Amino acid sequence: MEKIISLEEAVNLVRDGDTIMVGGFLAVGTPERLIDALIAKGVKNLTLICNDTGFLDRGVGKMVVAKLFSKIYASHVGTNKETGRQMLEGETEVILVPQGTLIEQIRSGGFGLGGVLTKTGLGTLVEEGKQKVEVDGEKYLLEKPMRANVALLFAEKADISGNLTFHGATRNFNTYMGAAADISIVEAGEVVQVGEICPDDVVVPGVFVDYIVDGGAL
Amino acid sequence: MMDKQQMQEFIAKRVAMELQDGDLVNLGIGMPTLVANYVPEGRTVYFQSENGFIGLGPAPEDDETDPCITNAGAMPATILPGGSFFDSAMSFGIIRGGHVNTTVLGALQVAENGDIANYMVPGKMVPGMGGAMDLLVGAKKVIVAMEHTTKGTPKLLKECTLPLTAVNAVDLIVTEMGVIEVTARGFVLIEQNPEYTLEQIREATGADLIFSMKLKPMVVA
Repeated sequence: MEKIISLEEAVNLVRDGDTIMVGGFLAVGTPERLIDALIAKGVKNLTLICNDTGFLDRGVGKMVVAKLFSKIYASHVGTNKETGRQMLEGETEVILVPQGTLIEQIRSGGFGLGGVLTKTGLGTLVEEGKQKVEVDGEKYLLEKPMRANVALLFAEKADISGNLTFHGATRNFNTYMGAAADISIVEAGEVVQVGEICPDDVVVPGVFVDYIVDGGAL
Repeated sequence: MMDKQQMQEFIAKRVAMELQDGDLVNLGIGMPTLVANYVPEGRTVYFQSENGFIGLGPAPEDDETDPCITNAGAMPATILPGGSFFDSAMSFGIIRGGHVNTTVLGALQVAENGDIANYMVPGKMVPGMGGAMDLLVGAKKVIVAMEHTTKGTPKLLKECTLPLTAVNAVDLIVTEMGVIEVTARGFVLIEQNPEYTLEQIREATGADLIFSMKLKPMVVA
């Protein structure tokens, strides 16, 4: 199956009302070209699942400014004052999720698990409305799996079958979101032929990648 | 009297003395980040950055900046020889799984039972918890580095009034006034900055403050 598609073809896979996962940590390892193209297309009422909401001019923050979202799940929104404004004025629903819980919810969604048990958030606002489970006398919160319609990811390098490698601190949420979305699209800094990435060096196997956009090196 | 910068350096230096040779340490954003500058000579401490690596090094020279290597506050960073990169599942497995020896975080409020509030002021400032809830639950030792009061309003309290980040989590508090252990009996002052009287420290504390039998002066190198 041919996985290489154009930016335009990629963003046409995102529809109004979709839930999207976007990789990156404060705009490091974020697919900036996919984001720019999605803003240009003008999709609306999306739900975002992302570690944070980036900055006004970088990362998913640009989509917040363009008002693409009606709901946001993130662990941190403090670096983007527009997210704070939309939240406090009731324009966008923002659900704060502890970072370690968010990645496990995504991992569960992609890996066939019914959720995870964690002590993180016990005794805080995070536990409201959630089931508590006792295991061998220890209390945990049940955090349910998360899935999305589309995942937008970034990798340093992809071969045309979707095997991915990463550089620096760009792995963050990019390694698991593809598994947890119906359609995963990777913006790769470099696209190479099959065989050019040593199997030892593959971080994400191509099974989790549906489409690749050649984003050009950062 | 110390100005704000001197106060922060003083606190950071004292926190750094708590770090032991071989420790894996996670530093929060802001004042805790300064702690990395004052690790005592002869001790090797490994810093974890929750965005995905162990071996966090100092800020790079301008011409060596790599946009893919930043600290958890998005500031340019470096990775030291022997370091490793990983994803967020691994990063928080390290944190939640008890593999971080010490975390140093700031706080808005700390209660005498170790409850901590440091991620939101409802209706005003809601930045989010980021990785703080996981760090507070998972790190073996939790040190709070903060000013003793907010412009005179105590931050050490009987009970937190702001939404909690974690319950019963804090082990040690280092402020410009002293070093306070959180114990089953409540706050115990174990070191006193000689610039302040015990009465001043007690007045700046919004809960009972027990003076340790082994109370020492708070001294940094």
